[in-house]
Amino acid sequence: MTLELYRIDDRLIHGQVVVGWGQPLNIGFIVLVDDTVAASDWEQELYRMGVPPEMEVYFHTASDAVGALPRYRADSRHGLLLTGDIATMRRLVDDAGVKAVNVGGIHAGAGRTQRLRYVFLSPDEERQLRELGVRADVTARDVPGARSVPLEDLLAGEEL
Amino acid sequence: MSSEQRSSGATTAPRAIVAGHADFAAGLVSAVQQITGRGDQLIPVSVAKLSVEDIEKLLRTRMVEANVRVIFTDLQAGSCTMASRRILRGMEDAVLVAGANLPTLLDFVFAEGRSPSEAARHAAERGKAAITAHGAGGEGA
Repeated sequence: MTLELYRIDDRLIHGQVVVGWGQPLNIGFIVLVDDTVAASDWEQELYRMGVPPEMEVYFHTASDAVGALPRYRADSRHGLLLTGDIATMRRLVDDAGVKAVNVGGIHAGAGRTQRLRYVFLSPDEERQLRELGVRADVTARDVPGARSVPLEDLLAGEEL
Repeated sequence: MSSEQRSSGATTAPRAIVAGHADFAAGLVSAVQQITGRGDQLIPVSVAKLSVEDIEKLLRTRMVEANVRVIFTDLQAGSCTMASRRILRGMEDAVLVAGANLPTLLDFVFAEGRSPSEAARHAAERGKAAITAHGAGGEGA
């Protein structure tokens, strides 16, 4: 098996991830890559409480995730990797060979404008996504049943 | 009689927040209102399009405004549940009920003799017990 999905989602572990993707892909483990969560036992416990007992969650900083990815790719179970922001995923694309990135949710916030129902970007985040798109296949899709939106359509806001 | 009481004596002040995906909260609260006329004990909160930080901020604001210590949410892994766990950290008199359903809320709004936190714990048990499966070889097949 392998890591089935590399997802940028600022809500990290939530319903769409655990149920929406987790059930159809038969996800057995989630790799959560976030420097803040990796430094907090309490935050890790919070996210563990959100998954069913048969699903494991592993926490890494961006730095140590790079070295850990080969092990997860060789795991016999289906896995899903999450980052909360574009910069962290960029690190994995550059240094760990991630080839395809799913933009699953970047929600409303200061300085961001809406591009999709579930994607809001600041000018700097748009630049980061364009750069990511040079190195990986970047598409947006919140749940498996939704249309996969190409990066250019996402940036153009054509689905709004 | 206080403005916060109906002719039946039922309290109308908010006692809990209901939050979840899409229109989950508004739908459940409207159902409680239709069945019991006591929907105003519950504050529905919708969080579509909000970031995790903003969900937490919104729920915290609603709790302070209404002076409530009980939150009902829909899903263990849901963003509202995650945010509520953060808010309730260190609040010993507060209760989060995750996985709430209509029977849960109906029990809660009729438990006016209990404190909100006691009523929430009782309602959680009632909500669990209210789920049954029928047919296909099971009960009543």
